[in-house]
Amino acid sequence: MTSAIPAKTTTASPGEPGPSLEAGSRNGNRAKTGRVPRQYSDRTRAERRLGWILAGPAFIIMLLVTLYPILQAIYESLFRFRLTAPDERAFIGLENYIVILTDPVWWSGLWTTVLITVITVAVELVLGFALALVMHKALKSVRGALRTAILVPYGIITVVSAFAWFYAFDINSGYVNSWFAWLPGIDENLNWFAQGPTALFVIMASEIWKTTPFISLLLLAGLAQVPDELSEAAKVDGATWWEQMRKVIIPNMKAAIMVAVLFRALDAFRIFDNVFIMTNGAYGTEVLSLLAYRQSISRLEIGLGSAVSVLLFLCVLLICFVAIKLFKVDLAGSQGGK
Amino acid sequence: MPVSRRTPGAVKRRPKSAALAGLVMGTLVMSGCGPASADNTLTWYINPDAGGQAAIAQKCSDESGGRYSIETSLLPNDAASQREQLARRLAAGDTSLDIMSLDPPFVPELAEPGFLAPVPEDVAEATTENVVEGAIAGATWKDELVTVPFWANTQILWYRKSVAQAAGIDVTQPVTWEQVMEAARTQEKTLGVQGQQGESMTVWVNALVESAGGSIIVDPEATAETVELGLDTEAGVAAAEVISTIGKDGLGGPGLPTQDESASLIGFQGDAGSFMVNWPFVWPATVAAVEAGTLDQAVLDDIGWGIYPRMTEDQEAAPPLGGINLGVGAQSDNPELAYEAIECIVSVENQSEYFVTNGNPPANTEAYEDPRIEESFPMADTIRDSLQAAAPRPQTPFYNEVSTGIQQTWAPPSAVDPDSTPASSSDFITSVLRGEQLL
Repeated sequence: MTSAIPAKTTTASPGEPGPSLEAGSRNGNRAKTGRVPRQYSDRTRAERRLGWILAGPAFIIMLLVTLYPILQAIYESLFRFRLTAPDERAFIGLENYIVILTDPVWWSGLWTTVLITVITVAVELVLGFALALVMHKALKSVRGALRTAILVPYGIITVVSAFAWFYAFDINSGYVNSWFAWLPGIDENLNWFAQGPTALFVIMASEIWKTTPFISLLLLAGLAQVPDELSEAAKVDGATWWEQMRKVIIPNMKAAIMVAVLFRALDAFRIFDNVFIMTNGAYGTEVLSLLAYRQSISRLEIGLGSAVSVLLFLCVLLICFVAIKLFKVDLAGSQGGK
Repeated sequence: MPVSRRTPGAVKRRPKSAALAGLVMGTLVMSGCGPASADNTLTWYINPDAGGQAAIAQKCSDESGGRYSIETSLLPNDAASQREQLARRLAAGDTSLDIMSLDPPFVPELAEPGFLAPVPEDVAEATTENVVEGAIAGATWKDELVTVPFWANTQILWYRKSVAQAAGIDVTQPVTWEQVMEAARTQEKTLGVQGQQGESMTVWVNALVESAGGSIIVDPEATAETVELGLDTEAGVAAAEVISTIGKDGLGGPGLPTQDESASLIGFQGDAGSFMVNWPFVWPATVAAVEAGTLDQAVLDDIGWGIYPRMTEDQEAAPPLGGINLGVGAQSDNPELAYEAIECIVSVENQSEYFVTNGNPPANTEAYEDPRIEESFPMADTIRDSLQAAAPRPQTPFYNEVSTGIQQTWAPPSAVDPDSTPASSSDFITSVLRGEQLL
């Protein structure tokens, strides 16, 4: 996740328009051929080559450490294979997939995961945008301190933050019940982790608290790209704050918003740590990553577990596909393009 | 991101970060290999304790006169993670698994594929003499001793003397679940039982089913396809009735659905404490709390103990059995040496010492004769009697599936229905074992 950001910057830089005026036609050509067109100047070509030299090694390592395990998982998913019964390994084709897709456990896990993804990303987008505005508008003197403060949750290891949230809400050691006893529905006998809805609330709250800084950072970068002249012109024309926001700022940072949503959605879909620590999937909080973990690691059913992982991977691919093709997220378009 | 935002400082810092990256890589590469070992060094994978196993390792190494030296390597905290790590290492042929501290329910799974080195006959004979029956059963697979019993654990009934007296229960006689539940109801106190969706749930269900004369698995040695479960029986229904009543009537308090052994203890020490089924760690933990000043001496004085509750008045209870066995990895470089070390580790003297210092009861009955034990564990006799009557959890290579299946269908206790849970739980586990369903 984090490594994707520098990689993006690196791959995008060779394509950066130089002082030339042909930027408009360039985008069209690149999309069609994917090769360096003849009309490129020597300098652009040299920059492209440099780009490949710089990004190439990282690209090859990425292939080695991601492509190989993915292929291995796809291969293993076609077998009935239990680690503690190595002699009984047998090829069974797509049977593992049939077992999974006809099982209500998979579907309830999928819905829980989708629910967590949709709610956390939506809430994070709103909160993250507000935080980004605060960071953007903050006075120079406090800007550094403010950004650091907002980023602190993101710097905490997920397992640690999960334990912190768990103990805060735990019925034996938690303080939340006594602090918020004045709210309807909360009293000292409320066991947050004893039923799905309340447990999911804590899981999602912890997830939102922890990853909103990430989304706000991406949105801050987007905000910084909106030229000040545009909002100033709008202001001169008598646009209210809300109109400036809706007609000028948000349309101009659409690319940044979509990238932020996509990255967070992919991350949220693979949620594991918070659920593992707080409920271990009990009482309707099972998510797909945990399901894969339970088959591969706990049951040592490598075949079945690989099949769950492959399906999880396909879901992630689907999210990417929907975002890139249907919502036209331009991952390389971080120069303010739409 | 605009390039202009890159500060010169970021560029200057690069060599430093490169050096750091190199250092990290180097550390990763170096730590990639397992524990370095000389020829006579044995690695003992231990479960976390209060330092007792490390002390025994040191003592045996010293006593061996240089024949071997034991290094300990710490396993994760909970039993399920310990199993995961050991199973993966064994399957990958790790040669550093000389001695392993194993939870008895996981022994068949490791013994069946031949991951454990066979126990030499003389060692088997020497290490099972005077050992409680349940511990031997937990160390055996297909009528052969495959691990060596080290210490044995069992749950006993803990009670607050004041509550028992107020409820009019004669604690000198074995009590039943019915009595215990009635006492909690009339005295408006909570029962200490473990309703969490975790291993402790299986421990509870198994003890209730066994106490009612049944067994979770009818034929433990059957294969995954032919295995037959004994949950949908009279014993299973009786167990479901107890769990369901405690859950539905709120006798376990609001924390019940997430309660494990430690949480039970906290509740038991509080004002609502009445009766609790739990392991012997309760005693040293409570004594330590009093010494640390976090608990009143009066609470400690109010605590009594007895044998695990019965299902019916006239049928002896089958309390839960736990503990640790020692196994040797089949790929170990030094199996003979490892078994020699194990003989030293499980000596009567070491078992008593381990009980006194760490609170883990010996598997060998002889070890209870140490006079220090009576002093620090006044309930030692109860523990020994409980161990003699205890029943192990199902000994099957598919224990993880059976246990997780029970946890998913029997928790939370308030959702257990004596009419349907035993049958649905049985169906669920059976179809998971046949590969027709996910867990």
